[in-house]
Amino acid sequence: MDFKLTEEQQMLQDTAARLVRDVYTFEKRLEFSDSEAGFSTDFWNQLGELGLTAIPFAEELGGFGGSGVETMLIMEQLGRGICLEPYMESVVLAGGLIGQLGNEQQKEELLGAIASGELQAAVALDEPSNHYNLADVQTTAKQAGSGWTLSGRKAVVIGGHTAGKIVVSARTAGDVRDQQGISLFIVDPNSAGVSRRVYATVDGRKGCELFLDNAEGELLGSAGDAYDAMRYQSGRAIAALCGEAVGAMRTACDLTLDYLKTRKQFGVAIGKFQVLQHRMVDMISELERATSMAILAACLADDEDSAERSAKLSAAKFIVNRAARYVAEQCIQLHGGIAMTWEYNGAHYAKRLVMISHQFGDDDHHLEAYSNQLVVA
Amino acid sequence: MDIHYSAEQLAFRDEVRAFLKQELPADIASKVKLGKHLTKADHERWQKTLSKRGWYAPGWPVEHGGTDWGPVEKHIFDEETSAAGAPRTIPFGVAMVAPVIIKFGTEAQKQQYLPRILSGEDWWCQGYSEPGAGSDLASLKTRAVRDGDHYVVNGQKTWTTLGQHANMIFCLVRTDPEAQQQRGISFLLIDMATPGITVRPIITLDGDHEVNEVFFDDVRVPVENLVGEENKGWTCAKYLLTHERTGLAGIGSSKAALSHLKKIAAKQQKNGKSLLEDSLFRAQIAEVEMSLMAAEVSTLRIVAAASEGGVPGAESSILKVQGTEIRQAITHLIRKALGPYALPFLPEELEGGFEGEYLVDDYAAAPASTYFNMRKLSIFGGSNEIQKNIVSKMILEL
Repeated sequence: MDFKLTEEQQMLQDTAARLVRDVYTFEKRLEFSDSEAGFSTDFWNQLGELGLTAIPFAEELGGFGGSGVETMLIMEQLGRGICLEPYMESVVLAGGLIGQLGNEQQKEELLGAIASGELQAAVALDEPSNHYNLADVQTTAKQAGSGWTLSGRKAVVIGGHTAGKIVVSARTAGDVRDQQGISLFIVDPNSAGVSRRVYATVDGRKGCELFLDNAEGELLGSAGDAYDAMRYQSGRAIAALCGEAVGAMRTACDLTLDYLKTRKQFGVAIGKFQVLQHRMVDMISELERATSMAILAACLADDEDSAERSAKLSAAKFIVNRAARYVAEQCIQLHGGIAMTWEYNGAHYAKRLVMISHQFGDDDHHLEAYSNQLVVA
Repeated sequence: MDIHYSAEQLAFRDEVRAFLKQELPADIASKVKLGKHLTKADHERWQKTLSKRGWYAPGWPVEHGGTDWGPVEKHIFDEETSAAGAPRTIPFGVAMVAPVIIKFGTEAQKQQYLPRILSGEDWWCQGYSEPGAGSDLASLKTRAVRDGDHYVVNGQKTWTTLGQHANMIFCLVRTDPEAQQQRGISFLLIDMATPGITVRPIITLDGDHEVNEVFFDDVRVPVENLVGEENKGWTCAKYLLTHERTGLAGIGSSKAALSHLKKIAAKQQKNGKSLLEDSLFRAQIAEVEMSLMAAEVSTLRIVAAASEGGVPGAESSILKVQGTEIRQAITHLIRKALGPYALPFLPEELEGGFEGEYLVDDYAAAPASTYFNMRKLSIFGGSNEIQKNIVSKMILEL
């Protein structure tokens, strides 16, 4: 048992921290958010140049063979700056799915480009009525000649508007919520039959709805067998999100603590009031719980698939979701009116923290998942 | 970063498990798991077994009869003994007065008291709280006045846990009434058989006799029973608070209680199914289990840091709050699992020798009483609100 970082991990953390600190000022972030991409393409390129987009990939693909711990360290720093780039979506999730299911040619063609940052990919697994259930797939794919064509609507594809490729789930067999019969396809968003409705997200990002009308898709893995990989890779995405949430919570707590020490009312710093002190301690306490679960998730993210891994990742997301909401709400409450404004940084942290719980399962979703797998000794 | 135990640590865990399987008396483990009352003899029997194996005082230096375990091993030991249903170690002698004697005591005090703690000859209790000094411990008023070779002690201590079994008590007493709060306090060791000491039971809300009041009326205590310097007793008290403790959050005992909860939920019925198959109840078990998982990882993080020489500071306050809240949540669910059968108050069913017919089952008598008894967790050892004050001051510097 060991919770220390290796020298390399420490360096990785420092590199990511420095980059985020140098680039992501509050004003710059608003600028990036308002841009057409909704994030900084320069920052994205820097992530590539510094090798951060290559971290989880195998060495033969130009990567560093990093594990969930390395991913957590990067995501935590991205969370500290509430960075807008679709790192998790492209590097962790699209990269993970292609790495697990792709054939040699697909891996060679796509993973190297994702690892270098040259290709930004997105993933379209959700649908308007699936409510986090990845097996609830109504989009269909039909064989057409040697290829496949997809029809349906995929929901809230973060980074989908700028993506060079999108990994899309579609049903090739079975009933609407069957785990069997789901396949993954690589779709070129600029090809015929694909249209997108692009929108801003509450947390300052951009995403889109993806409409597929007999759009061409390239099968990833064998037809009908994608669900296990989706579950496994969404577990890695959950671990990454937990890391990001911890980073964002830490900054939200720092901002709040600083405010308690400087804001004066009734002639004293408001941090002198015991009711606010205890609330602040409760925020730190939630941050500690979340940190522990993010570490647990990072250590399990790349373990072999098992019911125990899935259950513990659900537990991590459950605890982190709850903690993130608590910290977000109390960050606003303790700041008072100022945190109700667009101009205040803390408000944007609060928004990202709450939105994290709407990605890959909210607390109800994971409570149910964990509960269903409860081990009764 | 690695969340798993090393091969050596796993081997140690197996060694502890094998020992428990062999040596932990089944009747005692059953009482612990069912929340029944343990007798003094039960505690003494288990203590002797641990002592014989050299495992009664894991936190002591080896030369005094301790172990060479690191924090991880102590954590494993704590977790395994709790899970197996071993009685919790009564901490007042082995884990409280002993570390103070080892750190601040004279050679003669070490020679006299440490072996008697190991052998079980002495049963210690703690004389800290007073009717007017609870969370504000430093406002204590029990007086000790020097008279030749003795201190003459007058005053009252309260919440003295298992004082009815004890032959020794360590006390914080005021030796300088003029000095500022913490400064005029001394740490005294007192023989309970000294004339002038009266112990009166306090019956707690669950009907149990666990705590007492202790009255001191011109009690003459030899000066050699002073630990450390006169008026420096607060240093000893503070050392105890920061002294590295295993089981910060009571993870082991919460795990044992959680598994007991699942067993009870499997037996209790609702809508023709067990409560364990009821999605609402099951989700509540799941929720507390996930919180416990987080507290366990937090404990392991502190334990691992302690192995590297770190001193657990205010983080242990956060864990005390989280751990006690989890333990209380489990007792709440166990009580709820009984439905209307939480109402009957049948203390006789909690006695070890009970041979009558249980109203419901052997597990059903304790839960409501245990639930109320466990409210103490967020009050003693520094109430959870005091813990938050500590974090606020020490970590947050507010």
